[in-house]
Amino acid sequence: MKILVGLKRVVDYTVRVQVKPDGSGVAIDGVKMSINPFDEIALEEALRLREAGKATEVIVVSIGQQTSMQQIDTGLAMGANRGILVKTDKPIQPLTAARVLAKLVEKEQPGLVILGKQAIDDDNSQTAQMLAALIDRPQATFASKVEVDGNVARVTREVDVGLETLEVDLPAVISVDLRLNTPRFIKLPDIMKAKAKPRETLELASLGVESGDHLAATHYAPPAKRQKGVVVKDVPELIGALKAKGLL
Amino acid sequence: MSKILIIAEHLNGQLNQSTAKCVSCASKIAGASIDIVVLAADPAPIAAQAAAIAGVSRVRTIANAANANAIAAIYAPQVVAIASDYTHVFGASTTVGKDLMPRIAALLGVSQLSDIMAADDAHTFKRPIYAGNAIVTVKAPAGQIVVATVRAASFAAAGGGGNATIEAAAVAVALPTHTRYVNLQQGGGDRPDLQTARIVVSGGRALGSADAFKLIYDFADKLKAGVGASRAAVDSGYAPNDMQVGQTGKIIAPELYVAVGISGAIQHLTGIKDAGTIVAINKDAEAPIFEVADIGLVADLFKAVPEIMAAL
Ligand SMILES: Cc1cc2nc3c(=O)[nH]c(=O)nc-3n(C[C@H](O)[C@H](O)[C@H](O)COP(=O)(O)OP(=O)(O)OC[C@H]3O[C@@H](n4cnc5c(N)ncnc54)[C@H](O)[C@@H]3O)c2cc1C
Ligand SMILES: Nc1ncnc2c1ncn2[C@@H]1O[C@H](COP(=O)(O)O)[C@@H](O)[C@H]1O
Repeated sequence: MKILVGLKRVVDYTVRVQVKPDGSGVAIDGVKMSINPFDEIALEEALRLREAGKATEVIVVSIGQQTSMQQIDTGLAMGANRGILVKTDKPIQPLTAARVLAKLVEKEQPGLVILGKQAIDDDNSQTAQMLAALIDRPQATFASKVEVDGNVARVTREVDVGLETLEVDLPAVISVDLRLNTPRFIKLPDIMKAKAKPRETLELASLGVESGDHLAATHYAPPAKRQKGVVVKDVPELIGALKAKGLL
Repeated sequence: MSKILIIAEHLNGQLNQSTAKCVSCASKIAGASIDIVVLAADPAPIAAQAAAIAGVSRVRTIANAANANAIAAIYAPQVVAIASDYTHVFGASTTVGKDLMPRIAALLGVSQLSDIMAADDAHTFKRPIYAGNAIVTVKAPAGQIVVATVRAASFAAAGGGGNATIEAAAVAVALPTHTRYVNLQQGGGDRPDLQTARIVVSGGRALGSADAFKLIYDFADKLKAGVGASRAAVDSGYAPNDMQVGQTGKIIAPELYVAVGISGAIQHLTGIKDAGTIVAINKDAEAPIFEVADIGLVADLFKAVPEIMAAL
């Protein structure tokens, strides 16, 4: 079985993104870019499934500009077998990403597609669910445990009220949560080995995918600032301050 | 005129409060008529609770044994079957809503808006991005059905006293069997629910062990509070995952939030930005949590918390 993994290039999670003063967007020129943290976890899970003999090939896909090839390089160094860059010059929305991934599913026929539960730039958390709908297959989102047994995956999901377990027939789409695994570190020889791995570039425009970019962002603003608070000197003062606010 | 359908969220026969918060969001859209749909094995008791929410015109029920659990692949085609009666379909940005709404949107061939925190008009919404570092105004196309999840923490629950009509919706669609519910291990216990509690006490990495985290539970019990945790505390196994507050955990808006031994990473702060009063107890005066705290106490938590408890 093949596993397809999505790697989105996003602003690194340590960067504190600022809104441009004119409200036209966020200032991200020159900031550190990385693989979406959830996608590293998705890839790690795919690699572990391959190492456990449940999968034969792990394919990493990134949809974005030429620069997203860096994230594919990293994915290949982590251990993926090959990479596909779907090139487009403008940012796409989840429905378009899902339609592109559906095309690749049609072509590659993977048994599993593993994506992140959300991309930490737009915080949408939609692509996996949309892909599963488009290909009419099961979805198991926010996974914290994945067990594959023949044609079935048993997935534990992190939900608001606890942990839910679903059983899904393959092919299926999984989106991963933070506690599924800890991604491996890349060693120097892995980077060298990855140089020889196959990388394919497809133009998004050539895939015949209808755009699903229906939403228009018209203005960006910084979040409302909280008023500066007080620092109390000891516990009695803290209790006094809470009582003054009627909270105790 | 806007016709808005809200998908009821429920568990064990109880309607989740997030549904009334979606109603509150929908009622911000001028002149909207609001329906709720209840998918369940036995929708009647839930429909009765939904019908009592102020501002709801009609509650529609879709009864089916397959609807006993909220499985997105099973719910989505049934919602789609009645969606053509509506201009908007809303669900809460809970794990149930986040799982379901994109599937519905994709079946309808439209984009979805995640986590709307304000409705400026029927097609213009505000939502947070970059872990809440920016708020973007988004316009959905006027000629398309709007599918969205509502950031429950941004809205007060709509009141009671409503008297909506309840009717069964006739839905005949084939349901998939490829996704099967196995079980739910519920956390929580009998403490106030984190997402609706008036007071929440959260512990961070500073607690150092699951055993020491008991101090947070005791403190919370003293305050009749719900319990939360930072990701570091959850990852280290001090607290269960359903207690995580933040960008990838729960977004909450209690009247009082007490952060104990939590540094205040942006991913954590985005989960509490609508809290009424934030109290921080941290031994590092430079910790970023003090930038957002209304009341800060620079102290060792293992001294300060017992002292507070003794004084209550
Ligand atoms: C993609 C992504 C998503 C994330 N999502 C979330 C999320 O949803 N929620 C979340 O919380 N985090 C999230 N994080 C993690 C986040 O970046 C931080 O790592 C995490 O919040 C830190 O937790 P903490 O404050 O408990 O630990 P630390 O940052 O280690 O802080 C511990 C604090 O305790 C204080 N302290 C230590 N000992 C004592 C003592 N005896 N008394 C008083 N104070 C003491 C220290 O001064 C310090 O400030 C996410 C990260 C990523 C990359
Ligand atoms: N442009 C992209 N390239 C590769 N994968 C993507 C892209 N956009 C979304 N994904 C995948 O879908 C997941 C969820 O993204 P989102 O729905 O945008 O929050 C991400 O974690 C990725 O695994």
